[in-house]
Amino acid sequence: MTTIRASRSAEARGHAASFARLAGTVAITLVGLAALTFFIGRVMPIDPVIALIGEQADQQTYKAVYAQLGLDKPLPVQFLYYLRDIATGNFGVAISTGHPVIEDIRRVFPATVELATLALIGGVLFGVPLGVAAAVWRGRVVDHVTRFLGLAGYSVPHFWLGLMALVVFYAWLGWIGGTGRVSLANTDIVPHVTGMILVDSILDRNWGVFRDALRHIVMPALILATTTTAYLSRLTRSFMLEQLGQEYVTTARIKGLSEWQVTMHAFRNIGVQLLTVIVLAYGGLLDGAVLTETVFGWPGFGQYLTSGLLAGDMNVVLTCTLLVGVIFLVLNLASDALYRVLDPRTR
Amino acid sequence: MSAVRPTLRAWLTADEAQSATQATLQGLWLGWLRFLRNPLAVAGLAVVVLLLLVALFAPWIASHDPYEQDLAQRLKPPSAAHWFGTDQVGRDNYSRVVYGSRVTLYIVFLVAVIVGPIGLLIGTIAGYAGGKVDAVLMRVTDIFLAFPGLVLALAFVAALGPGLVNAVIAIALTHWPGFARLARAETMIVRSSDFIAASRIQGASAARILARHVIPMCIPSVIVRMTLSMAGVILTAAGLGFLGLGAQPPSPEWGAMLSSGRRFLIGYWWMPTFPGLAIMIVSLAFNLLGDGLRDVLDPKSE
Repeated sequence: MTTIRASRSAEARGHAASFARLAGTVAITLVGLAALTFFIGRVMPIDPVIALIGEQADQQTYKAVYAQLGLDKPLPVQFLYYLRDIATGNFGVAISTGHPVIEDIRRVFPATVELATLALIGGVLFGVPLGVAAAVWRGRVVDHVTRFLGLAGYSVPHFWLGLMALVVFYAWLGWIGGTGRVSLANTDIVPHVTGMILVDSILDRNWGVFRDALRHIVMPALILATTTTAYLSRLTRSFMLEQLGQEYVTTARIKGLSEWQVTMHAFRNIGVQLLTVIVLAYGGLLDGAVLTETVFGWPGFGQYLTSGLLAGDMNVVLTCTLLVGVIFLVLNLASDALYRVLDPRTR
Repeated sequence: MSAVRPTLRAWLTADEAQSATQATLQGLWLGWLRFLRNPLAVAGLAVVVLLLLVALFAPWIASHDPYEQDLAQRLKPPSAAHWFGTDQVGRDNYSRVVYGSRVTLYIVFLVAVIVGPIGLLIGTIAGYAGGKVDAVLMRVTDIFLAFPGLVLALAFVAALGPGLVNAVIAIALTHWPGFARLARAETMIVRSSDFIAASRIQGASAARILARHVIPMCIPSVIVRMTLSMAGVILTAAGLGFLGLGAQPPSPEWGAMLSSGRRFLIGYWWMPTFPGLAIMIVSLAFNLLGDGLRDVLDPKSE
């Protein structure tokens, strides 16, 4: 009894220690992310003071603003100020919109989440069955087709695919809506609740707007899903091959189970691995969204970033970069945690 | 010829190699034979070689001057005179795509030349030194890897200003950590082997061991990784060009061509079609080639 309790408390100490180590790593990485964006902000040739007050301002104003921005302080002190600003959510004002960057991001982010989530669903629905089929019929036509499609999915420029889709499905066939989230006539009709227009139109029971939004989102989501499909089909294939080579599969076959039953048996065992890579894939979608949104005029995070870039608005660029880095970090941690919680072997 | 080849082949397939050179060449020959068995990889190699040839002989392959404008001939569909049609100022799209291969190769080559040595050096030093050096260097790569590639490249270009060279620097800055990780992992495997211990006992310096023994062991996997990342490099470069942050007009860079073709999308299908196809084919070729090389150089992965 006592030994059990002792081992439990030792285990708890072990957990606490590993948690502390994890927290330390996360903290260092967060400061590192901030340091990198701070560094990028410093190498920038544009003078932040002139960007703020214009070139006509006199020497005195310049000096005042220079000091106000803390530029007269040594770099490490400036970095500490920067960290303080981040911690308090002060990311400056976007020149193009005149609003604080953080407010802008809160406004545009739901559009990206909507797009990326739909793309993720698409990627899972196409990629996972393809990968399973490729593993089951290894070396056959399905396998080669999957391998080729996977590589093609990695090789095609999204923005080009988007342009071509607009030419074919919008201009020629008229099957999909054009750029933007809804047609002009449907803009700002449903009340803004979640910021995700598909959800908002359902909440409002406005099926006209819902259909219109669906017609607009389908193509960018599908195109965004190509990389995810490629990625998931490849990983599913290798996970499945690993399982299909195990002895329990042979046992199942000897028992006389059908190939379908054997496959389902193996598939159940790759669930946890799949879930963790799907979580990671979500981060990749944010990266892909930058160009896809630009092509489809999708008013999300990616378009906000590129318009900030083209305007030379460093507050926008750095905040977006930092945010994406933090989201990546969180997704990585979530993926790790999921694996630990769900896979009994890691307990 | 026929008298030479059988003996050369016999020399390459002899059961016992007589010299180190022969052993190396035999390994390469066997790898080549294995590579030839993968038709997709051979196709990838063919396209990459074709790209090299097109870039090299661009003036002879192109039908027009890629910069010559002819406003009377603007936005004409593909014809016998202009195979890929003409653009908004009457330049020949085919010739521009041909010359664009030079820009693409320039980017790919520069990125490889920057990223390979930096990644190898940092990775092998971290892996060989271990301890604090390793911890610090790997933390730095972790931070770079925490950002998705395109977003970080965008941030760098925003800071450095648009342009082809800056785009190359930005892409290189986002790509080296992957190579450092790879080289570190390989170094960790080699580090504890007997031949490294032997040369250390003989008094070889760390620098010499790294240069003569560790780095050569990392080269095959770095080459595979390099070939595969070139596909991503081409896509990122084209994406930067498309956003107007990479190569600047009137450069016939494929991404920049797509960007200017974007305004003439509806009704002028040839404008976006050909540069986009070029990007996809070349990127796919690097992916196929890298995939095939991995099967040959690193049989474990299959």
